[in-house]
Amino acid sequence: MTSHYCPHTPQEIREMLDAIGVASIEELFVPIPPELLAKTFNLPPGRSEFETYARMQELAADNCSQLSLFIGGGFYDHLIPAAVDHLAGRAEFYTAYTPYQPECSQGTLQALFEYQTAICRLTGLEVSNASLYDGATALAEGALMALRATNRSKLLVDGCISPIARQVLATYLSNLEVEIVALPPLDGLLNRQELAAQLDGDTAALLVQYPNVFGCVEDFSPVAEQVHAAGGLLVTAVYPVALGMLTSPAEIGADIAVGDGQSLGNPLSFGGPSFGFIAAKKACIRNMPGRIVGETVDKNGQRGFVLTLQAREQHIKRHKATSNICSNQSLCALRGLIFLSALGKGGLAELAQLNRDKAEYAKSCLARIPGVTVLQSAPTFNEFTVSLPKAADQVVGALLAKGIVAGLPLGQYFEGSQNLMVVTVTEKRSRKEIDLLVKELEVALCN
Amino acid sequence: MSIYFTKEHEWAKVSGNLALVGISEHAAHELGDVTFVELPPVGKQVKQGEVVAAIESVKAASDIYAPLSGKVVRVNSVLDEAPEQVNESPEQAAWMLEIELGDPAETGSLMSKEQYDAYLKTL
Amino acid sequence: MQLIFEQSVPGRKGVMLPASDVPRAAALPEGLRRAEPAALPELSELDLVRHFTNLSRRNFSVDTHFYPLGSCTMKYNAKVLENAAGLFSPLHPLTALLPGGSDLCQGALGMLYDLGQMLADVTGMDEVTTQPLAGAHGEMTGMLLIAAYHKAKGNKKKYVVVPDSSHGTNPASAAMVGYEIITIPTALYGDMDLELFRQAMNNEVAAVMMTCPNTLGLFNPHIKEIADIAHSHDALMYYDGANLNAIMGKVRPGDVGFDVIHVNLHKTFGTPHGGGGPGSGPVGVKKALVPFLPMPRIVHDDDSGQLRVQTDSPQTIGRTANFFGNFGVMVKAYAYMIMLGREGLIEVSEQAVLNANYIKERLKDYFELPYQQTCMHEVVFSASRQLEHGVHAIDIAKFLIDKGYHPPTVYFPLIVKEAIMIEPTETESKQTLDAFIEVMIEAAKLAESDPTAFAAMPVSMPVTRLDETKAAREQNVCCVG
Repeated sequence: MTSHYCPHTPQEIREMLDAIGVASIEELFVPIPPELLAKTFNLPPGRSEFETYARMQELAADNCSQLSLFIGGGFYDHLIPAAVDHLAGRAEFYTAYTPYQPECSQGTLQALFEYQTAICRLTGLEVSNASLYDGATALAEGALMALRATNRSKLLVDGCISPIARQVLATYLSNLEVEIVALPPLDGLLNRQELAAQLDGDTAALLVQYPNVFGCVEDFSPVAEQVHAAGGLLVTAVYPVALGMLTSPAEIGADIAVGDGQSLGNPLSFGGPSFGFIAAKKACIRNMPGRIVGETVDKNGQRGFVLTLQAREQHIKRHKATSNICSNQSLCALRGLIFLSALGKGGLAELAQLNRDKAEYAKSCLARIPGVTVLQSAPTFNEFTVSLPKAADQVVGALLAKGIVAGLPLGQYFEGSQNLMVVTVTEKRSRKEIDLLVKELEVALCN
Repeated sequence: MSIYFTKEHEWAKVSGNLALVGISEHAAHELGDVTFVELPPVGKQVKQGEVVAAIESVKAASDIYAPLSGKVVRVNSVLDEAPEQVNESPEQAAWMLEIELGDPAETGSLMSKEQYDAYLKTL
Repeated sequence: MQLIFEQSVPGRKGVMLPASDVPRAAALPEGLRRAEPAALPELSELDLVRHFTNLSRRNFSVDTHFYPLGSCTMKYNAKVLENAAGLFSPLHPLTALLPGGSDLCQGALGMLYDLGQMLADVTGMDEVTTQPLAGAHGEMTGMLLIAAYHKAKGNKKKYVVVPDSSHGTNPASAAMVGYEIITIPTALYGDMDLELFRQAMNNEVAAVMMTCPNTLGLFNPHIKEIADIAHSHDALMYYDGANLNAIMGKVRPGDVGFDVIHVNLHKTFGTPHGGGGPGSGPVGVKKALVPFLPMPRIVHDDDSGQLRVQTDSPQTIGRTANFFGNFGVMVKAYAYMIMLGREGLIEVSEQAVLNANYIKERLKDYFELPYQQTCMHEVVFSASRQLEHGVHAIDIAKFLIDKGYHPPTVYFPLIVKEAIMIEPTETESKQTLDAFIEVMIEAAKLAESDPTAFAAMPVSMPVTRLDETKAAREQNVCCVG
């Protein structure tokens, strides 16, 4: 025995081999032709859990985790109530798997039903699935869903959607016969003239995001009407914390809403795991990807929950399934539900307000620095774009040395935007930190 | 009126140049409780053997193949709200669609009721 | 149990937020403000904690019950892995892409880099991307890499070949990348029919997707020959790593002709399944496919000795997810790998195979065993003998629930009638296996003596058998209120 995760004693192994009728464990590997056996296998030797943990601490110490974060770009540094870790940390949740056997999985199933309900209430839409991988892949799945639902082949993509999510979308669709038309941003907003020119009877959907990558929030209601008049769908990517304040996708007229759930009780964790959500009008339910939990009754008429509409899914429909997704991000979705339930109706609105208040304060302070201008084309939530008198990359690099991540430089994503930077201010940033950011930015701009 | 069957367990009831199409008792039983029938748009042109509709139960999904070529002229929209009719009356009330035949001679490639019953015994 | 929404009391709160230290901002214009706050539950922290704690108690899980769910590798998840993941939670992924930012996350980048190297060693591949977020996501990434490879060579490819025993994700992933599917039946000997495979192969085949051992738990002895046939048509070999737990240190897929592989870290490498996810599905490739790997990639800068993040390359497929994948899951898998080490991982596969064969031998007199040969990490029975008495695989599953066991996978693979697919994993003791075997034997006996007894089962759970037809027809998927 080399590890305590393989519990058999030599005596037990002997007994088991005898029961099987073989002389050794090697004999069990006889079906593998000898010439196919591994010739090299070079992993280092193992160690105890204590030495393992010490090694992980060493690796963790080789990261700077005390940074003052004014960067977002789809990943947000929010407070997480202690109850989230404790409840999602219950092994009955995290060491279970997909609830294929409903009677002994009602905990996960009811929680996912409640999660779906929370997502529906947040977005105002009628149906939600039990989670997708993340926000970017949810956008791609939302686009694929719109293509199926309309039986059309053209997508209009607002250039103000996160460039990373747009890349994921492009990669997902790269081998399919789908025409993707990018609408170049106009002053940080959807280019509505370009939209009118491109929208036609082949258009399956317009994809937009709010707040968008520049932080701007615009009213998409007229756009929804325009797209619907052309027989297409409106797909909105949303930041769920912002929905504590902003118009819901349903109020705008969106048919499908997607987003990343990291901000709902999931740590940044270097980009994952988080979860993607997708919600839609009821008419779209059969085109939904992934698992869906539905309510039903048992033989005694008592309420219970099951995975439903499984005939859409890969394990039944194989190559004709609505998606290939199997494992999703269930535990992260559970964290999202616990987070939303802890904050509740008033708490989420309060959190959103705090975010906007802090961002507006930072915006007004930064605007007073000579040479710094704030993009004013639309109201913002907790992110906004500033133009600096020199390259944003350089400024961000200088502040990084002081332990401040000042923002996301846009130069690598948008042509001619070398001096633009998106600043994010969540509720976790104190006035003191904001004031220090302003001070250090002034210093960096003087040098 | 004559009734024909396919190896994929569809039936076609032909009268004149029209054929009603549905699935056999055997198929309905094999699928279990039907939860959804996806019907084609009226006016759709189909070729014999092409997928023309789809059917889902709790644990299975299968395609419905057109037993004969032609144009879909009518669909049984009652099934949208009451898919259980496929289990209750697969060969009567739960017809799925009506095809205006392009080539009535194609019935020659289908099975009679007797032939289909014999075929089921071989499965 | 009440839904959390049904426990809501207007005005109650489960958490207090910090007071604001900045002035209140002006209100947003009306068209941008939502009319009503979302109707989320309002309850105290204690009521919230009770609700979710009580919900959790309505689950079977690895930590509470033996969970031999075939094809899912429900092994024990070492607790130290959970502790390790928490060490990295405050890291923002975009930090690594800022000027000078990679210096601030060398530990995280180093962990990912080393994990890739170790996975390459286990699988016999040249390079690994950690970006894919789950097994099926890895398959799709792999298919995109294969499509890019063929495109670059000017190959016109249209099909992907899968055996009929494959996981449903295989054909679904290939279809998402635009390929048509050719399905090869399983021969009587339990592997893909070699002759039919040979006949089906043509120059328009882009790839052959295989799981080896397959979903019957059998190692295909002709795998090298299959790879040679595929390569003769310039089709690439894709390895579905769902069953890698059987062969670590024994066979390296890269050595036997596979070109692309995904690994399910949540199966083989001990990370928890989370009630359905998060998983993690890194993809390994041979040299010829390296230029197409998704961005960003972590590269070793020989000049500085530091790790850097590469964000573009001329032939990359782009991105299949945001950054480096499900990082928190990979921290656990990395800790698992360094903890078990070379000998430990070999032992894992040996004992996983030992346990499956032990169950196979001890149950084969009671349940139909359609494929008799030595199995690898899982064994597939059929309830066909019990069906003669009117007892289905699902009935046996419900019997097991009442006895305190999570049922094996049932009705998969689709090619075995009334399939019961048992994967015990290496972490279960002989005592647990023996007790499970006794209960399975009891089920077989009950099927003969009192077959009608199964219909009412389970009786020990919060709910009895649920009406799935009603759920599918009515589609109540959220609580209206």
